[in-house]
Amino acid sequence: MLSHIARRLLASLPVMTFVGLFVFGLLYLAPGDPAAIMAGDQATAADIARIRVALKLDAPFPIRFGSWVWSLLHGDLGLSIFTNQPVAAMIVQRLEPTYLLMLMTLVISVILALPIGVVAAWKHNTASDRMVMVFAVLSFSVPSFVVGYLLAFVFGLQLRWLPVQGYVPLANGVWPAICSLILPAVALGSVYIGLLARITRATMLEVLAQDYVRTARAKGAEERKILFKHALKNCSVPIITTIGSGVALLIGGAIVTETVFAIPGLGRLTVDAILRRDYPVIQGVILLFSFMYVLVNLLVDMLYTVFDPRIRY
Amino acid sequence: MRRRDVLRLAAQSAVFAQLAPFFTAPAHAADKRELRYIPEADLNILDPVWSTSTIVQVYGHLVFDTLYGFDKDYNVHPQMAEGHVVSDDKLQWTIKLRDGLQFHDGQPVLAKDCVASITRWGKRDFMGSALLAVIDTLTAVDDRTLLFKLKKPFPLLPMTLATSGSNMPAIMPERLANTSPNEQIRESIGSGPYRFVKAEWISGSKAVFEKFAGYKPRSDSFPPSYTAGPKIGHFDRITWQIIVDASTAAAALQAGEVDIIEMVGADFLPVLKTDPNIQLLPRTTPNFAIMRFNHLQPPFNNLAIRQALLKAFDQRAIMAGTFGEENKEFWQFGVGYFSPDSPMATNAGLEAFTSPRDLKKAAEEIKAAGYKGEPVVVLDPVDYPWTHPCTLLAADTLKKVGLNVDIQAMDWGTLMQRRLSQEPPGKGGWNVFLTALSGMSNFNPVGHIGLRGNGKDAWVGWPTAPRLEELRQQWLDAPDVATQKKICEDIQRQALVDVPYIPLGAFATVSGYRSNLTGIQLQRPLFTTMQAKA
Repeated sequence: MLSHIARRLLASLPVMTFVGLFVFGLLYLAPGDPAAIMAGDQATAADIARIRVALKLDAPFPIRFGSWVWSLLHGDLGLSIFTNQPVAAMIVQRLEPTYLLMLMTLVISVILALPIGVVAAWKHNTASDRMVMVFAVLSFSVPSFVVGYLLAFVFGLQLRWLPVQGYVPLANGVWPAICSLILPAVALGSVYIGLLARITRATMLEVLAQDYVRTARAKGAEERKILFKHALKNCSVPIITTIGSGVALLIGGAIVTETVFAIPGLGRLTVDAILRRDYPVIQGVILLFSFMYVLVNLLVDMLYTVFDPRIRY
Repeated sequence: MRRRDVLRLAAQSAVFAQLAPFFTAPAHAADKRELRYIPEADLNILDPVWSTSTIVQVYGHLVFDTLYGFDKDYNVHPQMAEGHVVSDDKLQWTIKLRDGLQFHDGQPVLAKDCVASITRWGKRDFMGSALLAVIDTLTAVDDRTLLFKLKKPFPLLPMTLATSGSNMPAIMPERLANTSPNEQIRESIGSGPYRFVKAEWISGSKAVFEKFAGYKPRSDSFPPSYTAGPKIGHFDRITWQIIVDASTAAAALQAGEVDIIEMVGADFLPVLKTDPNIQLLPRTTPNFAIMRFNHLQPPFNNLAIRQALLKAFDQRAIMAGTFGEENKEFWQFGVGYFSPDSPMATNAGLEAFTSPRDLKKAAEEIKAAGYKGEPVVVLDPVDYPWTHPCTLLAADTLKKVGLNVDIQAMDWGTLMQRRLSQEPPGKGGWNVFLTALSGMSNFNPVGHIGLRGNGKDAWVGWPTAPRLEELRQQWLDAPDVATQKKICEDIQRQALVDVPYIPLGAFATVSGYRSNLTGIQLQRPLFTTMQAKA
């Protein structure tokens, strides 16, 4: 198992290298000039040219790429063009809110989606099933930022139960941190809940029609046990796969959700960096996201072996 | 209860006692006077000499101080300076610093710091470079005395050292001021009323300022006014929360999670107007929307075509279409080349915009001027909430007078790069873009970038207008304000001849604040006048 993990991690190196080259090349070709943005609306061409030289943005592609890779090999992601802060430090500042938001979103989504998916399959073709499906389609179809605005209006502005924006760091208390992320997590999870509920329902329907379930029922097993022990466990592989691939969905969704709820996470950092053409920050964040994705896929593969003993690496 | 139960309860209590702090928020903020503010943009540059952006200037006036300041009527007063003495031949200015000034690192403010700061600033700012051009020598006579020896009289010297709106003549320690003017300073150490808490800074999210106990306010009798007078901090801590989404910002203000929004989105003004806990404040010296031409490429290298367009643009329609009739108290039309509330604003020649519009005549004149139907590339920044609709409205007018308009959508970052191109539009160049000139940054002809006529050295668009340049120099040499105003009338009339750009109206930045605050400055958020109502 350990050698498998090591092999997978080693195999991620060429992937990361390709991602790095691709992102760097894309940014190099993309229109926009950090020097022009930095100099401001009222700068003259001469001002901008001076800044470009000072930031070494006038250097050719191979030199810039080589210098970035060299720094990267020394564990240095470089400095933000705008703030002069180390990119690594800026990323570390933003990890906690994003990770916590993604974790809460996953927890809320799984807690809500699995039972309703199971119930929909169990009560197949009844009013409950249809209600669940309507909910799933709605939650899958309405963009998360619309859900976010609605939640903030109802629970933040009208009922005043939760804050409408902002993030309270864990250092200021676990409960305040959780409170600050409930609305964003529900908004971000809305799409995910619909997707996961539908997958659970479809897989459960398939499993519930199998002989061993009929046998368990014939033997007088409790319905709860049949659903959650015998059937759901056998649905776990497609569900885990959906959860794993949903992490990519969460990364994209976090960018919008963090903007709507003013959460200082990696998503906001990415958007700000793109709008400003802060190349070192964009490159650093994209590398991190791609590494996260590799890790999540590895974790998903490991989880298969937990839920399905037939799978071995 | 059994012994075992008692022991279990005791153990659980101990665990919960350890965990309790994690489940409750520390009460550190509640016992401090804190102001929570949403600025108009993110603070990502910490050098007010280097950057002209409004947000950096607002930051600059919190953390740094200037030798002179403006009151709300733009009269100049000594600020860090105690006062000055001018020689009879007007060629020597001796400025003495106030006693007891110190930087945030505890070091005293010395004349040599001022010399280095002014020298660096002068290389970045229009007014500053005009000053440097007439300085023969600038020296620190002693720790508190600066001596300017000039090549020719420069009556605007105190006003220049009070410059506000463009690059700030911020005084900083000599070691920082020795940084190249093309690079940003690496530390945030000023001598202003608040110090920047860099450890809490999260670019794109939060900036924190704490009251500087070592700040020595002026002891003048007049109350603080704009950048002049005693700057007394009434809050221990000022937290800037960067919220880019206008809807979220408005909701945060309504929910009482923040105290001020610097720039309320136009769509949310009607909602906030009806909230009894919120006041709206249009800032004075409004910004003006402009349509800038590329003077190097056809068809707008043709003066007659630019002049013909003056008859076509309806400022009222464009402002109403962009900001809404329901917000009409916040925008103006019939606006010339100087911001309406600024001291240099004039009505000279304004009938060019206030007379009835005549699209038909404009179309005829454009045709007669030799327009051959070449495409007019209009750059449209779709990510800017007001610029995008304004661009579409302006483009519509261009179409109505028979121009072959090609609207090209892009984000602001791309536009900023594209507009630097002097190539023909077909090769990556452009013909027209819209932007806003800050009223505060462009209220005199020296700092007014849109009125420069020095060809390829001018701001993007590169107009050549020698008469405008001549008048600018005359303004710099003018002995008094009355003469300056007269010259500005001539500048406006000349701008209507050269048409470096077309003004499309003015609009105020509207701030929203909780009703329990008082003392909000009209020009800009200078936090030393604000306080909570008792």
